[in-house]
Amino acid sequence: MQRHDNSKAEKHIEFVTLVAGGQSFCIEITQIREIRRWSPVTHLPHSPSYVLGVINLRGAVVPILDLAAKLGFSAITPTERHVIIITAIDDRIVGLLVESVSEILGVQADMVRETPRTKEDASAIAVAGIIPVGDDMIKIISLDALLPTTLATAA
Amino acid sequence: MMDSAILDAFFEECEDLLVALSDGLADMREGLADDETLNAVFRSVHSIKGAAGAFSLEDVVGFAHIFETVLDDVRSKKLATDEALLRVLQRAGDILADLVDAARDDLPADRDQVDPVLRELESFLSTDDLVKEEFVFEALTLSFDTRDSGSEFEVSFHPSAEFYAAGNDPALFISALHDLGPCTVQVETVKLPTDLADFDWTKGYLTWHVVVADQKNDLAIREIFEFADDLCALKVHETTKDDPQPDVMSLPEEVETVPEPDLEPAQAARPSTQKASKKSASTLRVDPERVDRLINAVGELIINQSVISQRIEEASLPNSSELYGDLDNYKLLAREIQEGVMAIRAQPVKPLFQRMLRIAREAADATGKDVNLVTEGEATEVDKIVVERLADPLTHMIRNAIDHGIEKPEERAKTDKPATGTLRLTASQRSGSIVIEIIDDGQGLNRERIKEIAVSKGLISADAQLSAQEIDHLLFAPGFSTATEVTNLSGRGVGMDVVKTAITALGGRIAINSIAGQGTTFSITLPLTLAVMDGMIIHVGGQTMVVPITSILETIRPASTDLAQIGLDNQLLRIRGDYVPIIDLAERFGVTPQSASLTDRVLLLIQTESVSQCAIAVDDIVDQRQVVVKSMQGTYGQITGISGATILGDGKIALIIDPDAIAAGQGNALSAHIRAQKEDAYATT
Repeated sequence: MQRHDNSKAEKHIEFVTLVAGGQSFCIEITQIREIRRWSPVTHLPHSPSYVLGVINLRGAVVPILDLAAKLGFSAITPTERHVIIITAIDDRIVGLLVESVSEILGVQADMVRETPRTKEDASAIAVAGIIPVGDDMIKIISLDALLPTTLATAA
Repeated sequence: MMDSAILDAFFEECEDLLVALSDGLADMREGLADDETLNAVFRSVHSIKGAAGAFSLEDVVGFAHIFETVLDDVRSKKLATDEALLRVLQRAGDILADLVDAARDDLPADRDQVDPVLRELESFLSTDDLVKEEFVFEALTLSFDTRDSGSEFEVSFHPSAEFYAAGNDPALFISALHDLGPCTVQVETVKLPTDLADFDWTKGYLTWHVVVADQKNDLAIREIFEFADDLCALKVHETTKDDPQPDVMSLPEEVETVPEPDLEPAQAARPSTQKASKKSASTLRVDPERVDRLINAVGELIINQSVISQRIEEASLPNSSELYGDLDNYKLLAREIQEGVMAIRAQPVKPLFQRMLRIAREAADATGKDVNLVTEGEATEVDKIVVERLADPLTHMIRNAIDHGIEKPEERAKTDKPATGTLRLTASQRSGSIVIEIIDDGQGLNRERIKEIAVSKGLISADAQLSAQEIDHLLFAPGFSTATEVTNLSGRGVGMDVVKTAITALGGRIAINSIAGQGTTFSITLPLTLAVMDGMIIHVGGQTMVVPITSILETIRPASTDLAQIGLDNQLLRIRGDYVPIIDLAERFGVTPQSASLTDRVLLLIQTESVSQCAIAVDDIVDQRQVVVKSMQGTYGQITGISGATILGDGKIALIIDPDAIAAGQGNALSAHIRAQKEDAYATT
């Protein structure tokens, strides 16, 4: 939420839109490091179902999460067509597996609407705001809410 | 810029001096001291005072002054060195170290700590001393104004042929010295050849003696000669009139020998570069970042080496190919470079242990217990990071041992133990790892109490059946703290779990061994290096994983007669008449093993801290090689049974197994509980 409020002060924000669990989402472009094709992961034992494993990103060990599963949709069965979005929050680098990445969406800060209060399920918590685009509505994913630091300290 | 560099040098030097001071005081207390020790102690304090004066660190100067005056009285036998005095001296040494620390961090001195000790020191001084002290102190204050109260320094320098060849002019140096203060310059011409025919115009024959007055210290003088240091034979020493012992002020690097007069000047210059080998030339101060960069590069080199090995293997060359020999050489070289780089970072644990001596004294004072901390193996070298990151856990454990482990004197009196408790802090190297032990001769762990607390904090269920070792390990459970009342010392809510986390983060492990009434031993085992380790590459259910070589005792391909069973699926391995439990790694990690039968698989017999031995069943052993350890702490968090990850030759990630956690997980109620908790935690995120 914080991040979203900050960005509101700026006039123009760019988002990368993506599809996960059949729905449209977007992530602020400044939080994205790179987008790469699905490559096989090394599985982690004792990990929650949405954690697919880790990959080698130029010498760094990066965990890959299934965004759809994390948001409460059914898990993706990864294939060559799927895409990994490498995101960076502070020092943490996390890859998100999504069905596809569509486009870069530039909007004025005042176009971002607050998330209507709904039942607090896995995806509602992670949505920081919504952007109406034509008939569609794109949900902004808050990485802070999606990946609380407890992920790193849960052990 | 310059100032901060000099200041850094000062603090670094202080560190050395404080070590010498603390060594000397410890010797004095043990009655091993002779006059030289006493002088060394005095010199350390004096040098700190002198240098601190130059930076106007008044707190340090003021305290060091009183300290030094007391030491001077001890030296001149005006004061008898009894237990009480030695105690105060040692405390004063600690306070001086604290003051230097405070000055470094630019913090105000902790007057509550300093003043009582200061008063105690003063109580040893006669009124005479105090008067003298006032006077000397005045003089020192004046010296800040660089009026005529500074010391005189005699600078002797003999430029070599290289000095002239490099285009230097002695006149410029002398004029620079002149800028510092009034100078008297003399030139020594004895080396000039009597026969002009022998004269070689490229050589240096002259030695200048310059006496510079009004100097606070020799830093400014040395700075002038800094860039010509190895081009001329330089000697700087103080010629203070009121100080009968000129060597008192001298810094260690001044044990320079003047080149032998009968040597040719050009040759004479050479010893001048080596002569400082006593101290300065033997150490090299390097920005740690440069070393880190090198270490990273070496890490990449090792990965690259395994990539190449793999490629060559895939190329299926004839066995006779010379490439294999070259590849082996490459491996050896890479390993040598890696070990060399790691050695750069290695540091003796001595300063760390010395800090612990202070901590122990403070803790003993605060708890009113009589504790003697004995350190062993101070010369053991460990990675710099390890030394740094061990400080907090060790502090915590030392305090714990004194607060909880060692009994109060009156309680000790009831037993046949000596009234003074002994705490031993030892470091040693054992095949690829460093073992640090903290051994107290206190009351041992109160397991009943530990269990009660664990139950009351909901860490275990009340009816859990735990072995003594499992109970001991509860100490490391998050949220566990045995202190009944929160004391000032330990029990601040952070407990041994923080210690354990810190040690695990270093790739180490910690074990407890406690005997009721006799004491407790904590042993910390740490890898020699952090970045690279020797690993055995194994396959488990289609996954490639790495087991640290250090924990593997042997590998066994079991015959069916070697296997036994308890109950439904508790497998045992019979080895030389003993039975050890078998842990199926595939089952532990939830993957399907390649074969259900253990006889088709390989067992790794491992030594662990919690269970004495156990056998880990894996599908296959692939290779044994050096792997570069990548932490997953930062990106993902810790996983039970996994200590890190590494990148294999094919670019894939292999997880590094933590055999201790695997072994500990065997039927351990605690770990099951923690796992359950963790799953809860995930469920809520």
